[in-house]
Amino acid sequence: MTVPVRGLRSALDAGRFAVTAEIGPPRGADPNVVSRKAELLRGWVDAANVTDNQGATVRLSSLASSVLVQRAGIEPVLQLTCRDRNRIALQSDLLGAGALGIPNVLLLTGDHPKFGDHPEAKPVFDLDGVQLTWVARTLRDDGAVMSGHTLSARPNWLIGAVENPFAPPADFRARRLAKKVAAGAEFAQTQYVFDLTMFQRWLTNLHELGVTEKCAIIAGVGPIRSLRVLEFLRTGVPGIHLPDEVERRLRGVPADRVAAEGIDMCVETIQRLAEIPGVAGVHIMALGFERGVPEIVERAGVGPAKLAGSSDGKAGGHDR
Amino acid sequence: MSDEMSPAAWQPPVRPRLTARRSYQLHTLLAANRTYRRVAAWLERHPRAYRLFTGTERISKQRLFGCQMCGQCALPATGYACPMTCPKQLRNGPCGGVSPGGRCEVYPDLPCVWVVAFERAEATGHGADLDLLQRPLDRRDAGRSSWVNYWLGRDEGLWVSPSDADPRPPLRRKSPVATL
Repeated sequence: MTVPVRGLRSALDAGRFAVTAEIGPPRGADPNVVSRKAELLRGWVDAANVTDNQGATVRLSSLASSVLVQRAGIEPVLQLTCRDRNRIALQSDLLGAGALGIPNVLLLTGDHPKFGDHPEAKPVFDLDGVQLTWVARTLRDDGAVMSGHTLSARPNWLIGAVENPFAPPADFRARRLAKKVAAGAEFAQTQYVFDLTMFQRWLTNLHELGVTEKCAIIAGVGPIRSLRVLEFLRTGVPGIHLPDEVERRLRGVPADRVAAEGIDMCVETIQRLAEIPGVAGVHIMALGFERGVPEIVERAGVGPAKLAGSSDGKAGGHDR
Repeated sequence: MSDEMSPAAWQPPVRPRLTARRSYQLHTLLAANRTYRRVAAWLERHPRAYRLFTGTERISKQRLFGCQMCGQCALPATGYACPMTCPKQLRNGPCGGVSPGGRCEVYPDLPCVWVVAFERAEATGHGADLDLLQRPLDRRDAGRSSWVNYWLGRDEGLWVSPSDADPRPPLRRKSPVATL
């Protein structure tokens, strides 16, 4: 096994610790912006999420961007939210992703338009995240649209979902993911993990519900490189849980050391997550530090690059 | 109703004015039976009576639960907290944006309706209801009487157990029930 098999599905199938990152499409029609971001990540991650009008602001479409990412030699994970499309458009885009050979989709409810640059827009939410997952699985496995009409050809993407283990009601968060898995989710990415104790508790609940046997859990991580970013996470993004010790640690170093400390913390978190049974990988949301993803991945000793670098190809034999 | 919170027209989450226990009791009074089915069928044949009946349903359920008249009532499966008062109208549980204090991401002054639903359902022994998979809504039923729909059996299949027979339940309802 000298040439490692790339891609999210093969990493998960092989039980190798998967690494994904995020590519936020630009506000504009320049394809090179997307390609450049993809090239930075090539060889370092198994796949890259392409966000869907992130933060409810208008961006180059996630489907178009996913094609650009694919052309640049990276496997895309197409993100699709329920915020801007009704069930007709969602199914149509899912079929489009199938026809274009997009190997993974990640289905979300989506931020409310309130948080974006078009708060006056109509929030659609014709389906919710669980229902969209259900629809995707029906398209792929039953070969039928919601109306019951059969497809001429079935798409073949892997179905992903998201969960926030840290938001109330804490005792329902594992059960909510269980619903998405019952609906069809095969992998799930989480909100930023800064509190490993709380994350572990959620994971234990998932084990008890039998969810981890059917769904690969990919933990969200990211480097907090300034106190400004810390404040943004605390107040600007809904649903992020920052324990006091994270803040203490970042405020406890001189101003010029905050960035390095934030990266250290991110690397340590990845390494600790890689030791936890039932964690199938990490998803790096770089918080504006996309160019730093290779460094983080390399220092953490995870991802396809590690596999390529090891002569016997046995690196990273993590169970999931 | 409680739209004094914000100039925005987004539906704010509504905390029910009727306790969960009372709501479940009320449901037993309205539980489908032969008489109700006959009444419902009669109402559908008489548009003026149907409008009057639907108006009564609208006013009472709006007062008690903030009802949005989706016509496919989920209240019996959500601890009698109305998911249609979630600004995203989520039928299958809370979104990921709930604040650490259990507040709505769109209306940070108000509790998330799903946090309220969870507390009410768990406290009355109905917690497992929240694990049911809620099927997508039929938007054509908006404004229609959910009581009539329920009595006529059209609500069957609105939700399904996640472990129903095949571990992966079908998205489509098995058979369309009596239509108009």
